[in-house]
Amino acid sequence: MANFETMTINMGPQHPSTHGVLQLVLELDGEIVRKATPHIGFLHRGVEKLAEHRTYHQVLPLTDRLDYLAPMHNNLGYVLAVEKLLGITDAIPERAQVVRVLLAELTRLKSHLVWLACHALDIGAMTVFIYCFREREHIMNFYEKISGARMTSNYFRVGGLSADLPAGLEQEIRDFVNTMPGHINTYEGLLTGNKIWQKRIQGVGVISAEDAIDLGVTGPSLRGSGVDWDLRRDQPYSGYENYDFEVVVGKECDTWARYICRLKEMRESCKIIHQALDKLKPGPILADAPKIVLPPKQATVNTIEGLIHHFKIISEGFKPDVGEVYVGVENPKGEVGFYLVSDGSPRPQRMKIRPASFINLQALPKMVEGSMIADVVAVIGTLDIVLGEIDR
Amino acid sequence: MSVQAAVDKLKARFGDTVLATSEFRGETTVVVKKEEIVAVCSFLKDDLGYNFLTDLCGVDYMGQTPRFMVVYQLYNIGTHVRLRIKTPVEENDARIDTVSGVWATANWLERECWDLMGITFNNHPDPRRILLPADWEGHPLRKDYPVQGPDREPYQGRLQ
Repeated sequence: MANFETMTINMGPQHPSTHGVLQLVLELDGEIVRKATPHIGFLHRGVEKLAEHRTYHQVLPLTDRLDYLAPMHNNLGYVLAVEKLLGITDAIPERAQVVRVLLAELTRLKSHLVWLACHALDIGAMTVFIYCFREREHIMNFYEKISGARMTSNYFRVGGLSADLPAGLEQEIRDFVNTMPGHINTYEGLLTGNKIWQKRIQGVGVISAEDAIDLGVTGPSLRGSGVDWDLRRDQPYSGYENYDFEVVVGKECDTWARYICRLKEMRESCKIIHQALDKLKPGPILADAPKIVLPPKQATVNTIEGLIHHFKIISEGFKPDVGEVYVGVENPKGEVGFYLVSDGSPRPQRMKIRPASFINLQALPKMVEGSMIADVVAVIGTLDIVLGEIDR
Repeated sequence: MSVQAAVDKLKARFGDTVLATSEFRGETTVVVKKEEIVAVCSFLKDDLGYNFLTDLCGVDYMGQTPRFMVVYQLYNIGTHVRLRIKTPVEENDARIDTVSGVWATANWLERECWDLMGITFNNHPDPRRILLPADWEGHPLRKDYPVQGPDREPYQGRLQ
């Protein structure tokens, strides 16, 4: 029995392909990874602690900064949890529901574009990166028109939306989404048939369905292993049950399967966006719940009730019943959940975020141990992690 | 299997271990004794199909006895049913058996719970801190840990 001498190297936290401040300690035997140990926490900001010291409305901007590539999804998960805690889930107006779905799917496109861009760049396909960021810029512009910010949108509100969509934006979104399938064909033309791309990702980062479920992997990373589970279909929220879309499931369990899954998901997102635009009818964007929802500015300055409600909500907040709820939404990375415990005060007793990237990252050692060091980069890319969400 | 049927089976199998059940906004919560947590979780996974541990966390109810609750959010991928298990943990004996042998997901989640809430998990395979540095003192998510951090004046502009 020979003694293998292994070499331990640090990958990160300052490394271009760890997608943020992730440190991996790799134990190498030649080029083979024997052991991988992720070290996280470099970006820890104590979001859960901060949330306990803010009113329910004030927590919302903290949620943007979790998965900053898909801020609308974090906002959505949080507002859905608070609405469930308050028992006003059924009072959300139709228009707000449709806009939420519309923006959630635009965000999914945006997040998947960054994933594809960085994943391809890490493996050496530079052109795709430029193309994906070109398309992403359109969605960033929509974000800016809708909320004023390009990344930290903070647009959804408990009870509905902070403002209506600007005039003319619906047509712009439709025009953009009409071009998307062609763009996705371009990406596929650059990658799918490309021998180098195939060799770099086929059979890499394999994880079986049983292992993936055991490790809590969710989202496209789980569906790539053949598990047919999507919260949009299986526990619909915001009216997802009224949309016609396909849950894309892979079968090879490798990086290739996850690549195909995400590309198809982008096409499905385009379908959902078209349906949402068709459903979009004029109407109220906030629930009729004056003790919870901030009144419109005009009501605040012109009516005494509006002024009182505004003052009460800003200075004190609203008080949900004592209880606890958990709501999970299908983020581009996987299931993002918010567990809220209320003690009847205007601030959460406890807010626990179920971070999709954190739990998906836990599967990384399983996926890379025994493979080549170059595959580590491919596996980090395919897991589509965001350190803002992992470290919270 | 509906969530009610699962709760009935759990009660029939474990009897006095089940301390309470409650429902709020359509979500079912079962409180069980911490001594039996591994057996309860194994039963839920193997016999009742709760094959997916969505989340695990600690909640600090400072001022109440017992002070902590460890909360397990479970999900059944086959039937799409959720169930929440809660376990009371005393302040002077803040330890509980690990369930990382039942669901591998629990490994990092329990490390996080130890790191931020200070609940020790017996027999945990890798009981290190996860988000904070290894030499950090204290557990920030405890209610008696100041939000501005130790040794610093509170920020006066905050909501009182």
